[in-house]
Amino acid sequence: MTTAQKNTHAIDISALKREDRKSVEQLETCIKVENLDLFYGQKQALHSVNMEMPHKKVTAYIGPSGCGKSTLLRCINRMNDLVDGVTIKGKILLDGDDIYDKSVNVAALRRRVGMVFQKPNPFPKTIYENVAYGLRIQGINDRRILDEVVEKSLRGAALWDEMKDRLNDNALGMSGGQQQRLVIARAIAIEPEVILLDEPASALDPISTLKIEELINELKEKYTIVIVTHNMQQAARVSDFTAFMYMGELIEFGETSELFTNPAKKQTEDYITGRYG
Amino acid sequence: MMKAWFKSGSPWIWMTAGAVSLNLILVVGLLLLIAVRGLGHFWPADIIEYRYQDRDGPESAIIGEAVATSLLPAAQARAAGHELLDNGEYLVQHLVKTGNRDILGSDFRWIQQQYIHAQSTPDDLIMVERREWGNFYGRLLAVKEDGAVIAQGEQAWQIAQQKLATVLEQHDEIDSLQDHEVGAINYELERLRLKQRGLELKNAWNDAAKQEFTAQKQTYEKQYQVIQQQISKLSKESKRYSLVVAEAGQKEISLPLNRVVKMTRPNTMSVLDKCIEYVGNFATFVSDEPREANTEGGIFPAIFGTVLMVMLMAVVVTPFGVIAAVYLREYAKQGFITRVIRIAVNNLAGVPSIVYGVFGLGFFVYIIGGNIDRLFFPEAAPAPVFGTPGLLWASLTLALMTLPVVIVATEEGLSRIPKSIREGSLALGATKAETLWRTVLPMASPAIMTGLILAVARAAGEVAPLMLVGVVKLAPTLPLDGNFPYLHLDRKFMHLGFHIYDVGFQSPNVEAARPLVYATSLLLVMVIIGLNMFAISIRNNLREKYRALEN
Repeated sequence: MTTAQKNTHAIDISALKREDRKSVEQLETCIKVENLDLFYGQKQALHSVNMEMPHKKVTAYIGPSGCGKSTLLRCINRMNDLVDGVTIKGKILLDGDDIYDKSVNVAALRRRVGMVFQKPNPFPKTIYENVAYGLRIQGINDRRILDEVVEKSLRGAALWDEMKDRLNDNALGMSGGQQQRLVIARAIAIEPEVILLDEPASALDPISTLKIEELINELKEKYTIVIVTHNMQQAARVSDFTAFMYMGELIEFGETSELFTNPAKKQTEDYITGRYG
Repeated sequence: MMKAWFKSGSPWIWMTAGAVSLNLILVVGLLLLIAVRGLGHFWPADIIEYRYQDRDGPESAIIGEAVATSLLPAAQARAAGHELLDNGEYLVQHLVKTGNRDILGSDFRWIQQQYIHAQSTPDDLIMVERREWGNFYGRLLAVKEDGAVIAQGEQAWQIAQQKLATVLEQHDEIDSLQDHEVGAINYELERLRLKQRGLELKNAWNDAAKQEFTAQKQTYEKQYQVIQQQISKLSKESKRYSLVVAEAGQKEISLPLNRVVKMTRPNTMSVLDKCIEYVGNFATFVSDEPREANTEGGIFPAIFGTVLMVMLMAVVVTPFGVIAAVYLREYAKQGFITRVIRIAVNNLAGVPSIVYGVFGLGFFVYIIGGNIDRLFFPEAAPAPVFGTPGLLWASLTLALMTLPVVIVATEEGLSRIPKSIREGSLALGATKAETLWRTVLPMASPAIMTGLILAVARAAGEVAPLMLVGVVKLAPTLPLDGNFPYLHLDRKFMHLGFHIYDVGFQSPNVEAARPLVYATSLLLVMVIIGLNMFAISIRNNLREKYRALEN
């Protein structure tokens, strides 16, 4: 009997029961990370990470604070470009194309790879304008199209029924949970292929967290999702695949049910049973 | 006990609160002083008739308004050669505004209390505000039309007021004809002359052009003739009436009615009448043009010039400051050089303003203006167009002076926009420039407005550099009028700050100027407050809109 099985009270195994279990190899790869090294100045933050994240599945990154999971996530839409003194070696392939290639248009890449941050960050504009922002950036100002997309996105983020009469209110007047769902609506409005979620529920109360998790379950029908989370139960509940990272290295990557019930590495087992982290 | 009190922290609270109170008292006191001294000037004071006889003269009458009283200690008075009849402790002296500068040589006179035999405020004393020579104080005897008396005695006042109203109307009409119609024709003629000169310089001055120009000139001249006839007719009409008035010494004087601005009998006015008169006087001061070396009339051109100059400055300084701040904060690599630039910008704010004036004169006026004239206005030579101090250069100089304030405030605002907002925008596929335009700059706009408010406050109160780059004592025309291109950036203009300096220090009529200095100061403060309120209300609106920063 493994340690993890002894601690079933801590991890909700029922959430892991899915019918369509397939291993990583059998699924179509969406994002492939190859020998990724990342340095902040002299300090190395990621050590030759290799990983294949499958299409239209939820992949979760877990690990202790400072282990590099957010850094890895932010590599996928090149958010780390904004940090001074970052050097990146290796490749990340999105549908087979290297996103760090010189010819890549970063803005276009970020349109394909949306991102939701830890703290809700709506713009100080109306709810409508927040959702329409990405489209307006692309030069789409046709009111009919915008109306349609705003409704679709808000429905997609399970926010339409609450907000349909308040579209012209300032987004900053919403609650934290609503703001986070608005930010998700904003991200899906431009129809990306991948959505990156950086601890999307860590600043929210339990009910809002539950709503976000339900939303993630719905979103994976259409999008490939990568989520960073501190909360192992959350990873177990929402993800299909889980990567455990420690000190900038990818320790273990596999199906969530497998990783939580039967970890291959001692470090993983120690972390998910709460020995450290 | 004392130690415990110190430890409790109360002395600290008392000290800080005391500092605030002191500041408040100073500000309120300053405003009150200016307001009382300045606004008192417009109150229609009673006219007093004194029977006065000093040591070696016969008894005479003095008519005027009591302006001030001074107490001179006896010893000082004796040392100054005055006699004290009652051996009192003080020599009491009154300053009386006697007007009648044309007869008496000056508007004001000091008289001693001890020589006053009697004083009274008879109802029939009148004050006449004239276009020249200041006020007249005395009595109205008769009204004449074409040299024949048409009213006398008590009737004369009514008739005089009626006739004055018509004459003033005629005068206004003449003024408007001269300013607008004749002004426009002169302006067009001058443009025609410049065009002709321009064609001559290009060797394109041929017979066809000559004919065309002569024809145009003739049209203008014909128009001018017509207007001139109207003017001379009106002027003849207005010259028909005159007043016969008596000054204090009973000497009769004839006063043409077209030289009169206003006539009042303050001694017959009730308090309500005086209040109405007061408001009217103040309105005239704000809306009228100055007369008699700026010591009479109003200060409208100065208010207009100040506001226009500040607005132009704001229009120039805001984009420049914001663009510079955006580069420094958003694009430039933060390091030694940007630090040095930042220090330099901050130090620029400490450069004395007169230095900016000298720079403006040397660089803007002589170098840039001179070259503009050479390139674009060769036909005007040798008269300069932009190569001389003017509104544009004054605005640019002040914009340069206030640029550091805007840069610093904008940078501050940009640095306060949370990183998460920028990342949110970038993550949606916006480029850095799109993020700046659509999100960051709008959110920083309240801070930009704060910078602008500080800039306006500094620029509106500045006088020294303006004296070098465009402000004059008296500008014949406003920089904004009905002649194309409407806004004349090359014109010189008047400014409240310089007006205060001019009236206060350059005026020959010291006593008359004193209240005007206070009144003009009050207006300058009011204009600055008004401009600031305007900017602050915009900022508060923006703040309300983008209050994201607070949470």
